[in-house]
Amino acid sequence: MIDQAPVLIIVIPLIFALLTPVVGLWRKSLCYFWILTALALSAAFSVTVFVKVLNTGTIHYNLGGWTPPWGIEYVIDHLNALMLVVVSAIALLTAVYSRKSIEKEFPNKKTAFYTVFLLQATGFLGIVITGDMFNLYVFLEISSLAGYALIAIGEDGALFAAFKYIIIGTIGASFYLIGVGYIYIMTGSLNMADIAALLQQVNNTSVIHIAFAFILAGLIIKMALFPMYIWMPDAYTKAPSASSALIAPLMTKISAYILVRVIFTIFKPEFITANLPVTKIMLWLGFAAIIYGAIMSIAQTDFKRMLCFIIVAEIGYIVGGIGLFNPTAIKGAILHILNDAVMTAGLFFIAGIVKYKTGFHNLTDFKDLFKKMPVTMGAFVIIALSVIGVPPTCGFFSKWYLIKGAIIGNAWPFAAALLFSSLVNVVLFFRIFEIGYGFDHGHDSGGHEELGSGSLISEAPATMLLPSMLVSLIIIFTGIYNQTIITNIIEHVTPNL
Amino acid sequence: MIDFIVTKYNYLFYIVLFLIGFYAIIVKKNLVKKVIGMNIMQTSIILFYVSIGCKKDGTLPILLDSDLHSHAIDAGKYLNPLPHVLMLTAIVVMVATLGVALAVLILMYKQYGTLEEDELLKRIK
Repeated sequence: MIDQAPVLIIVIPLIFALLTPVVGLWRKSLCYFWILTALALSAAFSVTVFVKVLNTGTIHYNLGGWTPPWGIEYVIDHLNALMLVVVSAIALLTAVYSRKSIEKEFPNKKTAFYTVFLLQATGFLGIVITGDMFNLYVFLEISSLAGYALIAIGEDGALFAAFKYIIIGTIGASFYLIGVGYIYIMTGSLNMADIAALLQQVNNTSVIHIAFAFILAGLIIKMALFPMYIWMPDAYTKAPSASSALIAPLMTKISAYILVRVIFTIFKPEFITANLPVTKIMLWLGFAAIIYGAIMSIAQTDFKRMLCFIIVAEIGYIVGGIGLFNPTAIKGAILHILNDAVMTAGLFFIAGIVKYKTGFHNLTDFKDLFKKMPVTMGAFVIIALSVIGVPPTCGFFSKWYLIKGAIIGNAWPFAAALLFSSLVNVVLFFRIFEIGYGFDHGHDSGGHEELGSGSLISEAPATMLLPSMLVSLIIIFTGIYNQTIITNIIEHVTPNL
Repeated sequence: MIDFIVTKYNYLFYIVLFLIGFYAIIVKKNLVKKVIGMNIMQTSIILFYVSIGCKKDGTLPILLDSDLHSHAIDAGKYLNPLPHVLMLTAIVVMVATLGVALAVLILMYKQYGTLEEDELLKRIK
């Protein structure tokens, strides 16, 4: 059973997803527990695999017993093992969280939602685990297609947002597919390790340069890096709370993970630095994304939309960190992929709770929430502090490594952009705290009576509260144990430059 | 130059088709036309992949019978079946994308009564 754990991580949610409509026909209310079972099993196997990788090193799993260059191979090294745990944990937490928000937002479409939800999780896990470039494309499309559907269920305007995402996402996937095709022409292989070995002989051909450019362009679209982020704010703002809590933290971060994979596993770092000015481009794109994301996030009045622009900036951190191309910055970028997935999930959980309680997700809807929902807002404060980058939380440490890397690499503008973005985050979140505590009484004189009647504590339902609290705990613990994560996991995958 | 065009024309067609699709996505204001453009773009990639596995006078990579002198044994003439098989998957992905896009379009038409981008943006707000 343990030997088969890598494939079970993928197969269990996939089969459960296909059976969800059947379960839904029988008892609609069972669907929730059905997908919880699937995701819990998947998470359990992810943890098993993670422990095994920590003890014995990289695991290779041949699907159907076909040996690697011909068959599809699952490769789990230290980086994906941790990614698998993070992805399956966030999927599980979001599934727990989804119950009440779905009942409120679209009670009739429960079965369909949960089917697509599981497919989405399958796609994410598959992207992370696979060691085959075409298989990665297939999983990328599974997760994207599921994502389009999950977003389209949302509020007014969600359909157009989903349509925009379909078109732009398909362009990104097509670019990736063309890149894989060019690599296939030159190497005749689709297995990542095999390609990495074969590429050494053909590194200097223009075909490989073009292949790399296509793959990079495709991934940049998928991860919503600055000039290509257009599809993202609308899609994640209009999506229902449960969908955006799953897609927003994971889709962009997993694309960043693919970028790390492509740059460090498939094309070796020597190729990146020797042939093309890629690192410089990435660094400056990251710089632009941080500045733009920070400025745009101040201008938003919608909480979810503000979070989307924070994601734009965070993707800038990651890509810029990789672009700095020194071990410290790369460590920071990889750590930030993991941290940011957790933090963004937490923020979207809070956004969903606010929507559940007030019906909207504008900044003004936070009014007096500290009085009404002290526990939820406590979790929110911890997550917000982590996004700002306050020491005991995990957000501080990845930012620390990134800034250190920027200083080592003499990239002062990038370091300045990181600090600027942190300051902007302070403004963003303390503005919300201020609204939440109800300090701005100047606007309406009737506020006091309203406050008197509304000061009763009405917390969010337990299924929504628990995931948010768990996320805030995870944030503190990964912050405290960040050194363990760095030395035991991330240093294994950081290349020697 | 002529030689290049004659021998590699399928790749040229792939590029032209890709650009036609891309152009439609960017320029056309009607959302159905955008979807058609998206589909043309994806189809062009299929043409590209199929071209990779193509060979003049090639045969299937199958042993025909026990007759060892059969022409299909000549390994040099075998076509690489892998790109074609990959494209079966890509076609499935393409159909699924088209299906989702059309479903979204139908819902949008029901809700807003138009599929012209300018009109739609006005009605959403």
